[in-house]
Order: sequence, then structure tokens, then C-alpha cells
Amino acid sequence: MGGWFSEASNWWFLLIALFIAFSALRVVTATNVVHSALFLVGALAGTAGLFLLLGAQFVAWVLVLVYVGAVVVLFLFGIMITRAPTGPRVEVDNPRKGFAAAAAVLTFAVMVYSSVSAFGHMEVTKVGTGTATDLIGSQLMGRFVLPFEAVSFVLLAALVGGVTLARKDTASDETDEGGTA
Amino acid sequence: MVLAAEEAMMHASDGGWLAQGAWLIVVAPFLAMVAIVFFGKRMPRKGGEIAVGAMGFVFVYSAALLILNIANGVIYQHSILVAQLGSVSVEWGWVVDGLSTMMYFVVGTLSFLVFTYALGYMKGDVRETWFFAAFSLFAGSMLVLVSAPNLIQLIVGWEGVGLSSYLLIGHYWEEKENSSAGMKAFYTNKIADVGLIIGAIVLGTAVGSFRYSDILEAAANNSSVLVPVAVLGGVLLFIGAMGKSAQFPFHVWLPDAMAGPTPVSSLMHAATMVTAGVYLVARMYPLYAGMAADMRVLIVIIGTITLLIAGLLAIVQDDLKRVLAYSTVSQLGYMIAALGAGGYTAGLFHLWTHAFFKGLLFLTAGSVIHAVHSNNMSDMGGLRKKMPVTFWSFTSASLALVAIIPFAGFFSKDEILATLGHNGYTWAMWIGILGAFITAFYMGRAMFLTFFGTYKGEAHVHESPAVMTVPMAILGVASLIAGWVNIPGVYEGFHHWVTERAITFTSFSAEGFDVPVMLTGLGFALAGVIVAYVIYFRDAETQQARDRIRIPVLWPLLEHKYYLDDLYLATLINPIKGPIARAVNWSNSYIIDGVVNGAGVVARLVARFVYGNLDQKGIDLAVNTAAIVTGSAGGQARRLQTGKVQQYAAMTVAGAVLLVVAIVIFT
Amino acid sequence: MSLVQFLILGAFMFSLGVYGLLIRRNAVMVLLAIELMLNAVNLNLIAFEAALRTTFAGGQIFAIFVITVAAAEVGIGLAIVLLIFRNRRSANVDELDVMRW
Repeated sequence: MGGWFSEASNWWFLLIALFIAFSALRVVTATNVVHSALFLVGALAGTAGLFLLLGAQFVAWVLVLVYVGAVVVLFLFGIMITRAPTGPRVEVDNPRKGFAAAAAVLTFAVMVYSSVSAFGHMEVTKVGTGTATDLIGSQLMGRFVLPFEAVSFVLLAALVGGVTLARKDTASDETDEGGTA
Repeated sequence: MVLAAEEAMMHASDGGWLAQGAWLIVVAPFLAMVAIVFFGKRMPRKGGEIAVGAMGFVFVYSAALLILNIANGVIYQHSILVAQLGSVSVEWGWVVDGLSTMMYFVVGTLSFLVFTYALGYMKGDVRETWFFAAFSLFAGSMLVLVSAPNLIQLIVGWEGVGLSSYLLIGHYWEEKENSSAGMKAFYTNKIADVGLIIGAIVLGTAVGSFRYSDILEAAANNSSVLVPVAVLGGVLLFIGAMGKSAQFPFHVWLPDAMAGPTPVSSLMHAATMVTAGVYLVARMYPLYAGMAADMRVLIVIIGTITLLIAGLLAIVQDDLKRVLAYSTVSQLGYMIAALGAGGYTAGLFHLWTHAFFKGLLFLTAGSVIHAVHSNNMSDMGGLRKKMPVTFWSFTSASLALVAIIPFAGFFSKDEILATLGHNGYTWAMWIGILGAFITAFYMGRAMFLTFFGTYKGEAHVHESPAVMTVPMAILGVASLIAGWVNIPGVYEGFHHWVTERAITFTSFSAEGFDVPVMLTGLGFALAGVIVAYVIYFRDAETQQARDRIRIPVLWPLLEHKYYLDDLYLATLINPIKGPIARAVNWSNSYIIDGVVNGAGVVARLVARFVYGNLDQKGIDLAVNTAAIVTGSAGGQARRLQTGKVQQYAAMTVAGAVLLVVAIVIFT
Repeated sequence: MSLVQFLILGAFMFSLGVYGLLIRRNAVMVLLAIELMLNAVNLNLIAFEAALRTTFAGGQIFAIFVITVAAAEVGIGLAIVLLIFRNRRSANVDELDVMRW
């Protein structure tokens, strides 16, 4: 255990891990939606840092670009549009938290136990050496071209679907209370 | 006693194509009946033409067969197997031999002439087509009867003529007494038929076959299989013959059968149907002559009783047809008595002559009745001048019946009397001679009351049309000459005709001229005529004359027909109608219906129990419980579907975690 | 660094995401929790990639795909929430229980 602290990367890990832990906790406990979103940004950023630590630079910056840059912004737009006029006094949590907490704890326990028992001995090697971007590129276009195309198709569907879902009905507007969702 | 065997065997032939085609005369009347049923109503004479045509064909063919028999002699029979019921072979066929050809000719001739007469008599009748159809059915059935080569077919024909008789007697069924008369005929015949059928069964099963040839051969050879049943079979068959030939005590149906139209009375109840009993005894003669000879005394007794009591009854009748009916019964008694005494030829000869003159008598009676529209002689009188053909035909037939030489009946009745006398039945012979007196008396009475004196009615009396008078005239001539076919010593043709048979027997030959008997009979007959003349001719009109001979005790007895009908009514009919019918009804309602209803009640109770306990409480309970359990389980289970996604997610997570835990623990 | 520490962190984030998924009333907050879970998955993938160092960088590529799909999913999810909000004037998931017994 003492050897763990001697590695510098472990200190970095600990720092970032604490940050992530705190942010993640605040994501699910914040009463304000905007706060919750911002704490998610923190968790995501911390995760990007860990990616850097693990030598996956490309993925890290993709994460920041896409997740933090686009997804969270999208979240903020959504929050904006769906803000209830009553504000933060609304109960954001279901009062019956016991079951959920138990489920979460149980999940955590099981995952930790299985991880430790299965991979307890493994080491993350070659920290800091990084991954060549052209390797990712060539793999994406070569070995994983099929998933790549599929995912692009998913994106297309999401794009079209999103536009279709969110557009206003030209015939009926606010009057159509029970209209198609 | 001449054995007719050699004579028969010497010149018997098998009849060739004529005999082979003899089935045509049996089938022709039935074809006529079918044609009449389908086409009769549309024809000008309502189907009568078809019937007369068919009978004409039968007449011609039967005449041909008779001539064949006279010339060559013919013995032929053919049987076709219709059904095999175990050991009993049911066959259909036809016989052509001496006895059959004689009967065919009698049936054919009388049918043809009477059918022709009926064309005129039944004109305008309410059911003319039906009449000719039923009449054709009768003719066909009679031919089936006489052509039968076995007892089963005989019984079929027997029943067929019984049915036709019932239908035709009740022709005018709008009057209840007519339909009752038909039923009386049918029932009386049916009771006697029990004897016939049991007799046939007894003889048939003993011999193993119902064919005449087999039974009579066994009888002729004194076969051991017949020894226990011969007399019994003979008695039983004779009982059947008694019914059909109206012998005492089964004679009661014949007078009432006069309710039918006169052609029916003439053909069926004078010439053909009633002779079926005589025919049966004659056909089975080898049995009666040989093994069953012990019971022949019974036959003679019955025949003699019949001829006497029926003759007496004829004296007191006012209805012309009833006089003739009782006369028929009486003459049948003569025939039966003759057969019983051993006079095979005598009995059949009288059958032959009687068919002609009695058939004619009924036709003339019908002609008279048709003219005056009444059956009763008190409404008649003085018709001699207005209906000459009828009168002379009646006279010819009466003289034949009364047995005055040279008319037909003289020869046949004389032969009967001779037979009775020569075979030890002298008492029967004297009764027969007395019967001749009585016959002459009532026929004289009938003639004088009907045709002499002055007419007392109001109807416009005229002679009948030619279609009726021509047959009468023909039969009138026949009444004269029919007896000349068997004059002993001169020409014994008839005797040879009827003894032409496959199975021969010691035939009692035709009697020679027994002059004393002949003269005695003739004398008594003439005496009867004279007495009748004395009483009825001069004072025929007045009731006084009739009452003058009203012998105190005898007349009421005769008028009530010896109270025989009342006896039957009291002992047979009313007990059956009353107590027995009621008892049967009670037994049906309570016992039979009780069993059936009881079964129904039991079934209902069982059903109720099953329904209530087993079905409702048991099975339904189980089924309902299953349904309720399923329902409530579903009702509870559906609460899972809250619609809240988070809850679904929670359950998914919980499930997944538990699954993983399980896997982790167990691996 | 050992692999397990990353995995534990990932498990922690994932459990928190589960907790958030199950108790949050606001639909957007639920989606945030889902993003948290996906993030934990990404961390696991990269950690394993770093530990196993396959020649074709499979874990990283898979993580890229996860990110992409997460983005698409958020887009659609928010569109749906938008429509619900339009209809009901509220984004409370507890009120979305029409398809129930």
C-alpha cells in the first residue's frame, strides 16, 4: 500500500478521483437543475483528465469536445426550455430514497467485489506513452468501419428524429393539449 | 276306384312356352293396377278399360292353357328363389297343371265378364278409378294364390285377396255400416288365417320345404316326418279354408259383405275368393286322402252344418243380395262336404258350375238393384217384362242353382250327393237332399217376389245397358252348358282335367249315374219350387202371404241369424272392446309408460344431483377458483405496471444486480 | 497505477448514476444521471485499454462510439422531454404514468 503512494501518477489520480467523486455526488444531490448540469461538467472534465493520465489523448479531447462542448450545452438549452415557473422550491427528488440507495450500494458492492477479485492483480502499463491518433484513425476506418458507419447512421437518425420530434405542429399549437407527443 | 296316376302320367306334357309364360297372367292384373293408379283418372272410362283389357288377356291365355290341358295334359311348375331365411327358402313361382288351369279359367272368365259388367254398373261412381284399381289388385292376388307352387306364396295371395276384399266391401265407406262390414270380413278371415299360417308352418318345418311338390310327395309316400303332424296340419289348414270359404262358424262375414258393390259380390264372394278355401283343400288333397284322412269326418260335418243353416237363413231375407249370399255359403258347404267325403272331382265340379251360375245371379241382382235403386225385394216386383234379359238370365242361373236337369248345377250337385252316399255319409246325403228343397224354395221365393206380381216402387225401371246385359247373357248360356263337361258315362272330361297333377293319389273317381239319388234330389228340388210358387206367386204383394208361413219359433231364430252375431259380439267383441282394451290401456299407461316415465324421472334426479353437487359445487368450484385465483393474481400483478419509468428502471437494476450477485456467489 | 482503482472509481460513478436515475423527478436530471453512468462506462473502457494495450486500441475506439451514441441519445431524449413539457407544462416524471393498470 505504501508503494502506491510513491508513484506520482497515483497522486494525480487521487486528486482527480476525489474531484470526480465530489462532482458526481453533487450531480445526483443538487436541488437546482442547472447546478446538477454544471457538476456533470466537472465530472466529465475530471474523466477527461483521467483519460489523459491513461494515455488516451484523442479520446480525452473528443470527450471534452463532444460531451462537455455539445451535450452539456444541449442539456442547458433543454433545462432552459423546460424550466417550470415555480423554480427551485419544487421537490426534485422522490421522497422514497431507500430502495434506490440500497440498489446503488448493492450495485457498487457487487461491482467492486467482482472487479477486485477478477482484476485485482492487473496493472495499467505504459502510462503516459499515449496513443497515436493515426492508429485510432486507421482502426476506425479499417477494422471498425462497420460500427463506424452504423454509428453515423445512428447520428443521422437522431438528427432527423430530433428535428421531427421537436418541431411545432403547423395546424395545432397550444390548443392541442392532447396532441401527439 | 280308379287310380288316375297312370292316366295322368301317360299323356302329361310340360306345357311348352305357353306354360313357361304363364306368369304373365299373374302379372297382368298388377300391371293394370299400376296403370290405373297413374293414368286411370284421365281416361274416358276412368281406368276401367285398362282393367277389362288386362282381364281379357288373362281370359284368352287361361283359355289357351285349358285347351292345352284338355288336349295334351300339362304338368309344369317353376320356382324362383326370392330369399333364403336360414333353412327356409322363400320362392316365387307358378304352377300349370290340371287344377291350376281349371282355376285360371274360372278366374279369367268370371273376371273378364264381371269387369265388363262393372264398366256399366260403376259408371259415375264416386270412386270409379279406385274401384278398378282395387279390383285389379284382387284379380292379381287371386291368381297369385292359385298359381302358387308353395304354401308361402299361397299365404301371400290369400292375404292379398283378404285385403282387396276389405277394400272393396268398404267401397262406400261413407256409411259406417259398410266400413264395419269390411272390418268384420277382415277380422273373421284373420282369425281363421291363424290356422292356415300355423298349419303351413307345421307342415313346412316337418317336411323341410314349403313346396307343394315336397309336402305332397311326403304325404303320398307316408313319410315318417309327416306322421306326427299330418292330421294336425290338415286340421289347421282346413280352419284357414273355413274362414275364406265362409264355413260355420266363420260364415258371419259373407252376408254383411254384400255392402260392397254388386260386381264385387259377384266376382269375389261367389265365384273366386270364397272358393280359395275349397281350392286349398283340393290342392292339398294327397294329404287329406292319405295321411290326414282321419280328420275328413270333421270336414264333412262342418260342410253339412253349413249348407243346412245357411239355406234356412236364406228363406227369411228381404234383401235380394243376402238371399244370394246365404245361398253361396250353403253351396260352399256342399263343396266342402263333398271334398271331405272323398269327392275330389265332385267338389271341384260344383265349384266350376257354381262360379258361373252364382256369379250370374249376382250380376242379375245388381242389374235389378241398379234399376230400382233398392236392395229389398219388397221394393221390387213385376220386373219380368221391363227387364227381359235380366229375367231370363236370372231364370237360367236359378234353374242351375236349384239343380234342374239339364242345367249345370244338376250334374254337379247330383255328383256331390252320390259321393256322400257312396262313402258312408248317408246322413249327410239326406241333409243335402233336404238342402236341395230349401235351395229351390228360397230361389223360387226370390224369383217370384222380384220378377212377378206388380211393381211397388216409383223408380223408372228399364233394362240395363248392353255392357251389362251381354255378360249376363253369356253367363246365362254358361249356366246351361257348364255342367256338360262331366256327364258320367258320356263325357268325363272335367274329371280328367283336374286330376292332371304332379302328385297323384287314389282319386275317388267321378260317380256314375246313381239314378235313385238323382231322382230323389230332383224331386225335392221341384217340390221346393212348387211350394214357393204356391206361397209367393199369387199373393206376392201382400204381407199377409209372407206372414202366413211364419213358423213361430223358427222364424225369429232365423231372422236373428241364430243369434250367432250376438254371441260373437257378447263373447268376443265386447269383452275385447271393454275390459280387455281397458286393461291393456291401463297396463300401457301405468306399466309401460310407468317404466319409461320412471326412467325419465330417475334420469332427471341423477342429472339434478350431478348438476348440483358435482357440477356446480365440484367442477364449477374448481374452475371458478382457478379463475378467481388467476384474476386476483393478475389484479395484484398488474400493480407492477405503474406507468412510472423510474420504477421499471429500479426493478431492472435490482434484478440485474441480484443476478450478478447470484452468478458471483455460485462461481 | 493499478487497474482496480480506476474500476472502483468507475463503479462509484455508476452507482451514483443509478441512484440518480431512480430518485430524480425532473426528466432532465434523470438524463444527467444517465450521462454519468455512460461516463463511468467510458472510464472503464479506457482503463482496460490501458491495462491490456491491444494493438488496435479497441477500448478507445469503443469509447468513441459510446460518446457518439450518448450524444445522439441525449438529443433525442431532450426532444422527447421537450414535447412532454409542451403537453403538460411540467417535466415531472412521476406524472408520466398514463400507461399503467
